[in-house]
Amino acid sequence: LNHIVEQVKLLDRFSNKSVTGTLHLTATHLIFVESNSTSAQEIWILHHHIASVEKLSLTTSGCPLLIQCRNFRLVHFVIPRERDCHDIYSSLLRLLRPVSYDELYAFSYNPKQNDQQREEGWQLIDLAAEFERMGVPCDQWQLTDVNREYKVCKTYPRDVYVPITASKPIIVGSSKFRSKGRFPVLTYFYQEKKAAVCRCSQPLSGFSARCLEDEHMLQAISKANHNSRYIYVMDTRPKLNALANRAAGKGYENEDNYSNIRFQFVGIENIHVMRGSLQKLLEGVGTRSLSMTDYLVGLENSGWLRHIKAIMDAAIFLAKAVTVEGASVLVHCSDGWDRTAQVCALGSLLMDPYYRTIKGFMVLIEKDWISFGHKFADRCDQLDPDPKEVSPIFTQFLECVWQLTEQFPQAFEFSEWFLIQIHEHVHSCQFGNFLGNSQRQREDLQLKERTYSLWAHLLSENQNYLNPLFSPSFAESHPVLEPSTQAYHFKFWRNMYNQYDRSMHPRQSILKHVLTLQESNRELEGTVQALKTKLQKFGVNTSPLKPQTPPRECSLPPRPQSLILGAPLLSRKEVQQEEDEEVFGEEAREDAPASTGGERTVEGSSATENSYGELMGSFGSKNEPGVVTLEFGVARMTC
Amino acid sequence: MEFAELIKTPRVDGVVLRRPFMPTVEGTLCLTGHHLILSSRQDNTEELWLLHANIDSTEKRFVGSLGTIIVKCKDLRVIQLDIPGMEECLNIASSIEALSTLDSVSLMYPFFYRPLFEVIEDGWQSFVPEESFKDLESMTDEWRLSEVNKDFSVCPSYPSLLTVPRDIDDESLCKAASFRHGGRFPVLSYYHKKNGMVIMRAAQPLTGTNGRRCKEDEKLINATLCAGKRGYIIDTRTIAVAQQAKARGGGFEQEANYPQWRRIHKAIERSNVLQDSLIKLVEACNDQSHSMDRWLSKLEASNWQSNVKEILTTACLAAQCIDREGASVLVHGTEGTDSTLQVTSLAQIILDPACRTIRGFEVLIEREWLQAGHPFQQRCAQSAYSNGKLRSEAPVFLLFLDCVWQILRQFPCSFQFNENLLIMLFEHAYASQFGTFLGNCVAERGKLQLSQKTVSLWSWVNRPQELERFLNPLYEPNNLVIWPSVAPQSLLLWEGVFLRWNRSTKCLDEAYQEMVHIIEYNKELQNKVNSLRRQLAQLETEDSPLQTP
Repeated sequence: LNHIVEQVKLLDRFSNKSVTGTLHLTATHLIFVESNSTSAQEIWILHHHIASVEKLSLTTSGCPLLIQCRNFRLVHFVIPRERDCHDIYSSLLRLLRPVSYDELYAFSYNPKQNDQQREEGWQLIDLAAEFERMGVPCDQWQLTDVNREYKVCKTYPRDVYVPITASKPIIVGSSKFRSKGRFPVLTYFYQEKKAAVCRCSQPLSGFSARCLEDEHMLQAISKANHNSRYIYVMDTRPKLNALANRAAGKGYENEDNYSNIRFQFVGIENIHVMRGSLQKLLEGVGTRSLSMTDYLVGLENSGWLRHIKAIMDAAIFLAKAVTVEGASVLVHCSDGWDRTAQVCALGSLLMDPYYRTIKGFMVLIEKDWISFGHKFADRCDQLDPDPKEVSPIFTQFLECVWQLTEQFPQAFEFSEWFLIQIHEHVHSCQFGNFLGNSQRQREDLQLKERTYSLWAHLLSENQNYLNPLFSPSFAESHPVLEPSTQAYHFKFWRNMYNQYDRSMHPRQSILKHVLTLQESNRELEGTVQALKTKLQKFGVNTSPLKPQTPPRECSLPPRPQSLILGAPLLSRKEVQQEEDEEVFGEEAREDAPASTGGERTVEGSSATENSYGELMGSFGSKNEPGVVTLEFGVARMTC
Repeated sequence: MEFAELIKTPRVDGVVLRRPFMPTVEGTLCLTGHHLILSSRQDNTEELWLLHANIDSTEKRFVGSLGTIIVKCKDLRVIQLDIPGMEECLNIASSIEALSTLDSVSLMYPFFYRPLFEVIEDGWQSFVPEESFKDLESMTDEWRLSEVNKDFSVCPSYPSLLTVPRDIDDESLCKAASFRHGGRFPVLSYYHKKNGMVIMRAAQPLTGTNGRRCKEDEKLINATLCAGKRGYIIDTRTIAVAQQAKARGGGFEQEANYPQWRRIHKAIERSNVLQDSLIKLVEACNDQSHSMDRWLSKLEASNWQSNVKEILTTACLAAQCIDREGASVLVHGTEGTDSTLQVTSLAQIILDPACRTIRGFEVLIEREWLQAGHPFQQRCAQSAYSNGKLRSEAPVFLLFLDCVWQILRQFPCSFQFNENLLIMLFEHAYASQFGTFLGNCVAERGKLQLSQKTVSLWSWVNRPQELERFLNPLYEPNNLVIWPSVAPQSLLLWEGVFLRWNRSTKCLDEAYQEMVHIIEYNKELQNKVNSLRRQLAQLETEDSPLQTP
C-alpha cells in the first residue's frame, strides 16, 4: 500500500504559487513533504477527512489530482506521471470509503496510553453528574429506567429524566405517538425558576389523530413547573414543512388537544437545505480572484448566515421563555436529533455559564448531541454513506457559538481554536466519541474499550484552546447571554471555512500575542518568586506579589495538527530573537523562506518571483495598448 | 452677522433626548451660536454638546403638540429630541437648520474656540516641509525644494514649497504645470530609502483629443528614473474613463511619448459615486429589519467594500512596484486630489514603518492630504445623511481611513496608534473645534489665517493626556513592509464607524481593557524581575569577599 511519488507539485488554491515535494500514501494518511530542505513544509491529510478526489485531465506538467476535505482544506497536486496519479487516485477511492466501522482510524489509533488511562479518559464526562449539577433528580423530575434496555427508544440514551408524574404507561404511550419513539424528556433544568427544557420528535398526529398519553405527558411537564401555567412547544421547522408532514401521518401538536400549551414554529430549514447552503457558500469563497460583489452576492445567495441566524433566533427565544417567563419549553423538529439538538444546546449555552467553559462545553456536546443520538455517522459521512444524509448540522452549532464569542469576547473560556479543533475531530474518526449514530450503536461497537476519548485528548492540551480574555466574573454579571440578532452581527467565519487559506488571515494574531504574554506572565511570576526566595537568604524581605490569575498548568503547548493551530506559539524569548533578526538581518530575512518568519513575516520573496516576472515580460511588447490590469499580480502578491 | 438673529428660541425646558443604547435624558435644551446643548442639570447624567457643524440633516414630526426633531449627524449618529410645544419645536428646528448650514467659513466654530488647555506644542508649526526635505537630503542629492509656487500662481492647490528632481529648473516646472490638470505637475510624494525608488503624484496630463505633448513634462518624470530603469504610471481610472477625459481636454500619457513608462489603469470610483456609496451603506447599517438577506444585499449594493478593496489593491500595487519590482511610480487620476492621494498615502503606510507611528501618521496626513490639496471643505461639507443637492461632497478621506483600519486589523501589532485615532480623524474632518481641516488647500488656509486665528488639531492630539487614548498597546515596531490581504474574506466592515451608534460596545470595550491589563501586567512583571535581579546581584557582589576563602 505504501506509495511514494516524487516530484509532485502542490499548487496554491488562490495563486499560481507551487511547491514541489514527495507524496506518501500510508494506511491512514496522505502525506506531502516539501523537498526544499530549509522550510520543509509537511501536509498530513487523514483519509477520513477526504470528502472527494478528482482526477483532472492530463496537462503538460502532469496529471492534476484535486482533493477536497471535510475540514475545508482543498489541495491540488500535479503528479508527473499519469500512472502514479491513477494509482494514488484509485487507492484513495478505496481508502476513503470504509465499509465497516473496524476500518475507521479510531480503531487503529494508539496514543500510547494504557487501559487505565483510556478508561479514565472515557470517565471524564459524566452525564449523571451533569444532571445532578442542574439539580435533577428533584421533587418534580426523576430518572426513569424505562429505556434501560433501549426498548422504548433505540436512539435515546439509557438514562433519561422525566416528570415524576409521568408513569411508565404514559411514557410508553407517548413514545408510540412520536416519530422513532422519541418521547419528551428533560435535557436542561433551569434551577432558578424550576423551568425545564425538554426535547422529543414530532407527534404522529396526521390530520386529526391524538394520543391521550402524549397529552398527559405534556401536562406532566407543565405541572412540574409551578412558575408558569403554560409550556411552550417549539416546532423548529418552517410551518410549511410541518404541514406537509401531516400527509405522512406526522405533523405537529394541535393546541386544542393539549391544555396550556403555546405552540410556536421557528422556521429552521431541513438538512437538505443546509447541505446545499454550505456547498454554495464554499463554492463562493473558494473562487479565485473573487470580487467583493461576487463574495457578498455569494454569501447572500448561499443563505448560510440566514440559517445561522434562524438557529440563533430560536435559541434566544428558548432562553427568554425559560429565564424571563420561567416557562418550560418542549422543543422538537421532525426526528428531534438535528434542529432540536442545535436549539437545545445553544439555548442551554445562553442560559448557563458552565457550558461556556472548556469542560462544560464538552458536557453539553456529550449531552445534547452524542447521547441524544445526533446521527454523527450519517451527517458526517463516516462510513460509505447515503449522500442525502450528510449535512453540516453540527458545524452550524459550532458556528453559532463562534458568533457568540464575537459578541461576548470574555464569556467563553475557550477560543475559536477549540471549536475548530472539535470540528476537525468530528470528521477525523480518530477518537471514538462521535462514531456511530446512537449510544446503543456505540455500545455495540465497544468504543470505550477499543478507542480513545477526544475529550481527554483536548483537556490534555487545553492551554492551546484558552481564551486569554475569559473572565469568570463576566459569568456572574451575565449569567444569561442576550446576543443581538441584528443581521450585521452575523459574520462570515473565515477562520473556519478558509482555515487553510493562510494568506487571508491577519498576519499578526492578537489572540496568539495575548496568549504568549499570558504564558510569559506565568513564567515571570515564577521568576519573581524564585528571586525573592534567593533574596530572603540574604535577609531581604520584599513585598508579596499581587496574585494576578490563579496559576494554571504551565508547559509550552505542543503543536496540534490543524494548520491554524499549528502555527507556533512564540515564547517571549523567541519573539525577542525574532526582533533582533529584524533589526540586524532584514535583508537576509527577506530571502529566507516564508515559513521561517511565522506570523510576523510579512511577505516572503514569492511576490517577486511570480507576479512581476509576468509584468516584466510584457513590458516591451508594443502591440498591446499598454493597459495591464495587475489584478492577477496583486492577488498573487498577497497570497 | 449676529448668531442671535438665527436663534429664535434659545432655551426650552422639558426636552427629552433619546439615543440608541443610552438612557433617555430629560432636561433643558439650549442653542448657542455653535452648539446644541442638552442638560438635565443633574450632576450624574451626561450632557449632550453637539456642534451645529456636525449636523448633517434634521427631520421634524408632530404628534399633537409634541414635536420631535430627528437630528442626523455627520459622525453618523442619529438622535431624537422630543420638544413640548409646536412653536418651540419649529423654532428650534429652523434655528438648527440655519446654524448648521452657515456658508461663511469665518463663522465656523474654530474661529471662536479658545482651548481650555495650554498649547505646549503648536500644531501649526509641527510639520515644516523644510524639515522633511532635510531627511531626504541626508539620503540623496537627486532632489531639490522649489519655490516656483511661492505665490500659488503655478498651481493654486499645491503648497508653496515642492520637492522636484534637482535637474529640472523652475521654468520647466511651469511648462509642465501648464500641461497638467489644475497645474498639478509631478512632484515627489515618497522616497523609498531601501532602493531609492520614488512615488510621484500629479494630475492628468492635458493631452486632449489631438494628443498634445509636453517635452518638459516628459523630461521631468524621466528625470526620476535611474539610468536604464523603467517606471510605472498608475492611472487610478479605467482606460475607458481616461479615454473619455480626452474629450474634456484631459487624457493620459501616450506610450509613444513616455517610452520608459508602463501605464496601468485601475478602477477607483469618482467622488460623486463614492458619496452615493456612503449614503447607501449608512442606510443599510441603520436598517432595523433584522433580515439577513436584506442586510447582505444592501451592503453589496452600497459598493462600499468594493471601493475599499479597489483602493487598497491599487495602493498595494504601487507599493509592489516600488519594493518588489524596484521601479519608480507616478500616480494620478483626474484632478490628482482624491484617488491619487488615497493611493500614495496608503502605499506609504505599507512601505514605510515611520508612517505607522502616531507622529509619522500625522506627518502623512499633513503632507499627503492637507498640503497636497485634498479639498476637505468641499468633500466633507455633508456626510451620509445629506439629502439635498450635493455639490462635491465625497468620503474620499473616510475611505482612506477605512483602508488604514483594514491594514491595522491585519497587522494589529505594527501600528503605534489604534482605531480611536482613525475615528477621531474622521470626526474632525467633518466637524471640529480645530482649524486643521478647514479650507481646501494651503493657499486658502493662508488667506483664512487659520494658523493665527484657530487652534490646530495636532496641538490637542499631541498632548500626552490625549495621546494615551490613541496608543495601541500591542505595538511592537517592525521595519518590514507589510502586505495586506485584499481578498474579500479579509476585508471587514468598519464597525467602529458604521455601527458605532447601532450597537452596544460594552462587552467589546471590557474585553479590550482586559487585554490592556494583561499587557501592562507583563511590563510590570518584567520591571520587577529586573529590579530584583539587580538587587540580588548587588548583594552577591557585596557578599563575595566573605565567601571566597
